[in-house]
Formats: sequence, structure tokens, C-alpha cells
Amino acid sequence: MKSFKTFSLVLIAALIVTVLAACGSKNNSSEPSKSNAASPSASASASESPSASAEPSKEVPKDIELLNVSYDPTRELYEEFNKSFAEYWKEKTGGNVTIKQSHGGSGKQARSVIDGLDADVVTLALGFDIDALVEPGLLKPDWQTTFEQNSTPYTSTIVFLVRKGNPKAIKDWDDLIKDGIQVITPNPKTSGGARWNYLAAWGFATKTLGYDEAQTLDFLKKLFKNVPVLDTGARGSTTTFVEKGIGDVLLAWENEAYLALKEFGDNYEIVTPSLSILAEPPVALVDKNVDKRGTREAATEYLQYLYTEQGQEIAAKNFYRPRLQSVADKYKDQFGELNLLTIDQDFGGWNEAQSKHFSDGGTFDQIYTPGS
Amino acid sequence: MAGIVTNPRTSKKHAVKPHLSEPGIVKYVLIGIALLFLSLIVLLPMAAVLVEGFRKGWEAYLSALTHPDAMSALRLTLITALIAVPLNTIFGLAAAWAITKFKFRGKNLLVTLIDLPFAVSPVVSGLIYVLLFGAQGLLGPWLDKHDIDIIFATPGIVIATMFVTFPFVARELIPLMETQGVTDEEAAVSLGAKGWRVFFKVTLPNIKWGLLYGMILCNARAMGEFGAVSVVSGHIRGETNTLPLHIEILYNEYQFSAAFAVASLLMVLAVVTLIIKSVLEGRMSEESR
Amino acid sequence: MTRFRKKERILPGFSITLGFTILYLSLIVLIPLAALAIKSADLSAAQWWKTVSDPRVVASYRLSLTTAFVAAAVNFVFGLLLAWVLVRYEFPGKRIIDGLIDLPFALPTAVAGIALTTIYAPKGWVGSLLEPLGIKVAYTPIGITIALIFIGIPFVVRTVQPVLQDLESDMEEAAVMLGSYRLRIFFKIILPDLIPPLLTGFALAFARGIGEYGSVVFISGNMPMKTEIAPLLIITKLEQYQYAQAAAVAVVLLLISFALLLVINILQRWSNRRLRTVKGA
Repeated sequence: MKSFKTFSLVLIAALIVTVLAACGSKNNSSEPSKSNAASPSASASASESPSASAEPSKEVPKDIELLNVSYDPTRELYEEFNKSFAEYWKEKTGGNVTIKQSHGGSGKQARSVIDGLDADVVTLALGFDIDALVEPGLLKPDWQTTFEQNSTPYTSTIVFLVRKGNPKAIKDWDDLIKDGIQVITPNPKTSGGARWNYLAAWGFATKTLGYDEAQTLDFLKKLFKNVPVLDTGARGSTTTFVEKGIGDVLLAWENEAYLALKEFGDNYEIVTPSLSILAEPPVALVDKNVDKRGTREAATEYLQYLYTEQGQEIAAKNFYRPRLQSVADKYKDQFGELNLLTIDQDFGGWNEAQSKHFSDGGTFDQIYTPGS
Repeated sequence: MAGIVTNPRTSKKHAVKPHLSEPGIVKYVLIGIALLFLSLIVLLPMAAVLVEGFRKGWEAYLSALTHPDAMSALRLTLITALIAVPLNTIFGLAAAWAITKFKFRGKNLLVTLIDLPFAVSPVVSGLIYVLLFGAQGLLGPWLDKHDIDIIFATPGIVIATMFVTFPFVARELIPLMETQGVTDEEAAVSLGAKGWRVFFKVTLPNIKWGLLYGMILCNARAMGEFGAVSVVSGHIRGETNTLPLHIEILYNEYQFSAAFAVASLLMVLAVVTLIIKSVLEGRMSEESR
Repeated sequence: MTRFRKKERILPGFSITLGFTILYLSLIVLIPLAALAIKSADLSAAQWWKTVSDPRVVASYRLSLTTAFVAAAVNFVFGLLLAWVLVRYEFPGKRIIDGLIDLPFALPTAVAGIALTTIYAPKGWVGSLLEPLGIKVAYTPIGITIALIFIGIPFVVRTVQPVLQDLESDMEEAAVMLGSYRLRIFFKIILPDLIPPLLTGFALAFARGIGEYGSVVFISGNMPMKTEIAPLLIITKLEQYQYAQAAAVAVVLLLISFALLLVINILQRWSNRRLRTVKGA
């Protein structure tokens, strides 16, 4: 009986702790929302605020929190960039800014923002995923004109990562369809990076080889016959290639390929194909959220800082191709020269590319449909 | 899982009589096969987690665990478990009482519905809350107007965890209480005992080990849930990442051994609670003899 | 009937516990699941059917169902064996082994997937042994099945174990006296009693396997038509912002699991009752 008493005591104690924890967490979750509720009234509408004179200006520097929702390969880039921006902001305004980061597959991240994740800025793998935010009214249809260069402060491209010494002598896209070559790429349906891979291969077949539509499809069919694993994201594919030792060649973002070289050393080398695609991972303000949270000024400044010398330098250091000529010149040796297709000129923009290739029944599905 | 009656293992009844057992050789072959199977399926993955976790040595292991992001993930995971487990325990007790002590129509359906979260794909169990509470969801506009955050905040993570761990306690108690029947309770009532008293004095002592076991499993699963939580968390570093999500992040940043180190923490926590439970249980049954 | 009614009166708390159960169940499980059905109703009947009858979707259903079935069947046999060994025999380390059975519940599924891939990939601990024999595990349906065996094993062991512990030895004794062989006793006397819990364990493992995602994506290879599981297709649809289609695929998955669980629960209750009457007579 004594043991039973201790037992029930433990139960009761557990319950009390829970109730406390529940209350505690309620307080926690209400705090940020309180401050959220307070900030827009301070900056957006000064109607209720007693000090109606000082509108949005930053005379009294307040602490600002920004949420940057990004895709997988930018982890290292933004870790460095956020630090640099916080220093810059402190110097400029005297206030503190903390930048929270969220990373994941580009499409999944866009969906989270659509479903209510309070992102101030989105920095995703492709324009299509940011376009998806237009319909729910999160940003304007012409978001891509807000910042310079198509709202793309840095670019990348698709290259091949092969094992040291390139034992299978892989030089260009047409080597990928040979017998006995194993190609690693993520699934274009679930990975933004893989869509760039796919389009680059498509572009090579039509432009370099001069294939017609049916021949091109056949080319891609052969290519994907050589793919033993389709991971769901770019990082998953890199892990499969590097850690699990599967495959002869990894199709990867240029920045991911360099990062893999940096992380995993000398067992790999990068092969630059004769033709690839200009991968533009754009950035955007999420209008609805910055207005609600009163962070428009800081968020705009944050994205513009990407275009400055310092921002471009950090991008280049993390193996993204910078836009600023002075920085590009400085890092010229780092990036191989190659011909680049663009999504707008060669594929008619993302909407067309998406519906032609990646939607249900598109060319990618046809590759795997038996009998077609 | 459903309903382990936890005490008989240590009770006197089951010293298996020799003539009811198999010949030695059969016995050892069976034990051998069972252990081989278990090794291939369960022990090897566990060993892999430990080996990978310690690949870079103790210091790296500890620094992976004490990293601020890991600590905040641990805090969120504990808060989540602390809310989800007791609520599901209360539910489990109520459901088991209603189902096993009374007869009513639709009992099969009810039991099946309670089982359902086991069968729902974790992907779906996250998705349903997004469809319900998300900005585009059924309740989204209302929540937005009243500035209530559920999805991509602690409440969403707690609710998704509650869904996934929903059946554990009930599933544990229902078969146990079914075999015990209602005679003890009826006797107590006929002697004039009132509701809560009957429950605390008669029922609870009978089911305490099953209940504890159910809570341990519920807790282990609550701390380890990945799929459903991943959908509703938003992955904000240091804020809405639970331990399993933190593991994924580390893995994706090529910090393989740190990822496995944090994973081993979860694994060790679970195994230790189970071993403590079985030791306690053994001591209790000795006491009662 | 009068007996039942009397019982309801004797024990307190029927309406409050049942009421709470149904309320809580509705809030946490039923209403959210209804949201899924409502979302999938955004599609017209024709679109709905087109979505779920697409060859790729059908192939993924088939894969999810067969691998889950095979895994549950393997667990049926080995779960019984494990439960038997743990209940009937004494050997060193038994307690620890017993505790480890629950590990698959506790380990985050993604970790399980990564760990299993580490072991069974061509360069892994076991994979490298199997590779020369021409057996590929990771990135084939075998790999998926292994992940699902891992996920499902506690369900079977933990349902069978208590029943095996409580099994009366009278019948066995009698049979021994009548000179029956051990194997015959097992099949004629012990096994019938174990069938209901085995079925429950099988069903739970099966249902869980159909929906499993985290541990499978790492080891499956995700090749369309070959190793692409149904939950992955749900994710794929979401990735294209097709919420309604994703919900439709999920609803079908859910209905299969639900039907399966219901059948098993009814079967189990029925066999319990039959068992009791047979023994009582």
C-alpha cells in the first residue's frame, strides 16, 4: 500500500508540473505575439500611440527580430551573412537585430510561409516557389522587380561532382547516358535544385545536340535510367554520393559541390560541363508579414545588404557567383567559365517550365510512365 | 504493445516446469534465432547510432549535446512531452474505464478510432493540422484575426505530438482492465465506496504498472516524433526545433557524428527509463511477497 | 440485458468517462481528420478518381501495401518467437533484451532510417557482406521491408507477450500426460490462444507500415513506379502546391488502414468471445 501511495504522489506531481508547464508555455507563446501586436501599431498606424510625433523613425533603437525562411544549401551562407548584417545594423542605427533562420526543401519552406509561418524575407531556390506566395496575397505579383538583378543577389549553376581522378572520364552531359555510369540527383518533384539539373540536361540535348522534343525526352529517359537513388533533397543526394559512396557523378549546385569539396576533402573533383543553366535563387520581402510585424525597413535593408560589397563577398566566399563586378573579378579563378542557359529566355519562365516538365503528366512523369 | 500485463514475469507462477519445455537444443536454437533477428533489425541500428555518435570522441559528443541550439531543442522537446503525456494519460484512463467497465453499442468502432493514430502516416498527421489551423486552413483566418499562433509555434507541436502518441496509454490499459473485469470494483461499491475512492483504492493499484509502462512508451514516442512535428514546426532555429528536428538539421549540415550524438541521447533516455521501470517493478513484486 | 443495465448503475462514471473520451477523441483525432476529407472534396469526383487511379499512385499503394504486409508477416513469425523466448526461457541479459524491444518506438524515425541505411547500403556493415552475393538491400523493396520490420516489431511482441504469460498450463499438462508431442501441443493448444493477439499485433504493424515515412525515405531510393511509397507521393503532391490531390491520396491510405483495423478488432473480439464460450462449456 505504501508503494501505491508513492506512486500516486508521483502521478499527481507529474500533473502539477504539466499544468505549470502548460501555463508557462502559454506565457511564452503570448509574449512574442504581444510584441508583434505592439510593433505594427508603433510603426504602421500611429493613431493609438501616445507619442504620435516619432513615427517609424528609429530615434529610439529597438530590438528587431527578422525571420529568414530559406532553402537547404544556404545554411553556411546566411550564418555568416546574418552576423555581418547584425554588426552593420548596429553601427548604422544603434539597435540590435536578431535574424532567425529556417532551412528546408525550397517547396516545403514556401508552403510553410503560405500556411502561416511569419517569414519577413524568403530566400528560396527558384522563382516558382516565391511565385506561389502571390496567390494567397503574401506579396505582389511583380515581386521580382523589387530588387536589382531580378531580385537575385547571387547566382549559381549546375556542375558535376566526380570521384578523384574522374575514373569514368565524365566530361559533359552526354557522358551521363552511357552504360555503366551511375548518376546521383535528387527528385525534381521534391527538390528545387533537381529541377535546375533537369532543365540543364534538357537544354544540352536541345541546344548542343540539336535534338527534337522526342529525342530529348529519350535522352533524359536514358539519363534517369542511370539514376539509382532519387533523394528528396539536394543535401540528401550529396550524402548518398559522399557518405554512402554510391554513384559515379553527382549533379549538384555549384556552391554545394564546392562545399562538399571543402567538407570532405580531396576524394572528389568538380567537372564543369560545356553548357549549364544560370540558376537564380531569388529573394523577396513577404509584404503581408513585414507590414504586420512592422519590420519592413529592417527587412528591406537586410536584403539590400546582400547586394553590397560585403554581402557579395560573403556570397562569393560561400561559392555563390556574385553579381557585383568588383567582387566577381576578385573571385574569377574560383568559378569555371561556361555557357549558361537562362530560365526566362530558354524555357519561357518558371510557370511554363513547371507545367511542361514537372507537373503531373509532364515530361518528367513521362520518363517513368511505362510504355511511353 | 497493446496491453502488456507487466507483473507476471516476476511473479511466482511462471517457473516453467521442465516437462512443459523443449529439449535444450531446441531451446538454444530458438534463443539463437531470436537474438540474431533482433540483432539484425534492432541492435545493429542502435550500435550504428552509438558508434557514429562517438566517432569524434567524448569531447565532440559532449559539445554536440551542450550546443545552445541542442539545449533549446531539448527544452522544447521536454515541454512538449510534459504536456502531451499527462493529457493522453488522463484520456487513456477515461477511455479504458468507459470501454472496459461498461457495455455499449459501437465499442468496436470506438476502440478502432482510438487505434487510428497508429495507422495514420506521420506525414498526414502533420498535414491535418496545417489544413485546420494553417493560414489557408479552415480556422486560419479566425486565428489570424485574433493573433493566435498554433502552427509553427509550440501549441502546434504539442497538438501534433498528442495526436501521434494518442493511443499509447489507452491501448495499454484496455486489454489489462478487460482481463481484470469489474468484480473488484463492484465489491467496493457494494461496500459503500464512492467513485474516486473506488478508482484510487481498487482500480489504480491493479493497473499501475501497465499505466506506467504506457506512459513511458507515450513519453518516448513524444520525444522521438519526427514526421508529424516536422510538418508543423517551421524549423526556426533555436525556437521551434525539437530534438529529432535538430538531428535532421545537423545531418543536413554534414555534422554526422553530432547528429548521431544527439540521437543517442534520445535513445539512451528511452532505454534507461525502460530499464528503471523493470528494476522498480522487480523490487515492488519482491516487497509484496 | 438486465445484467448489463444493472452494471451500469453499480459502477460510477460511465457518462463522464465516455463523454470525455469522445470529446477528446473528436478534438484531437476526428475533427482534424475530417479537415483532410473536406480538403480532398475540393476535387470533383472525376478529378478525385483520376488522382487516386493514376498509375504512379496505384504503384505506390501496391508497394506500400505489399512491403507493409511482408514486414508484418515477418514480424508475425519473429515476434511470436521473440515473445516465446522472452517468456519461456531464462538466459543472461534477458531483461535488457526485453527493454530493447521498445526501442523502435523511441528512436526518431529519421534516425532509424539513417542508421538502417548506414548498415544496409552497399558500403555498410551488412550491405558490404551481402553485395558479393548479389543481394541488394538498400534502395530496393527489401530495404523498405527491413525498415518496416524495425518499425513494427514491438507491436507484435508486446501484444503476444502478456497473453503468453497468462496462458494456463493445465491444458498443456493434460496434453503431455496424454503423450502428445511438443510441436503438436504447440500447434493444437498454445497457438490457438495466441492467434487473437498475434492478429492484433499483425494489424497494428501492418497499418503502421502502410503510412510510415521517416524511416523509409532514406533507404527506399524513391524511384517512381519501383520504390516510391505512398506517403512520399503525398509529399510530392504538396510540393507542387496540390493540397487537394495530396489529401485525396491520404484519404485512400487512411481508409485502407481504418478498414483493416476495424476488421481485426471485430475479429479479435469475436474470437475472444468464442474462446471464452468454448472454454466455459
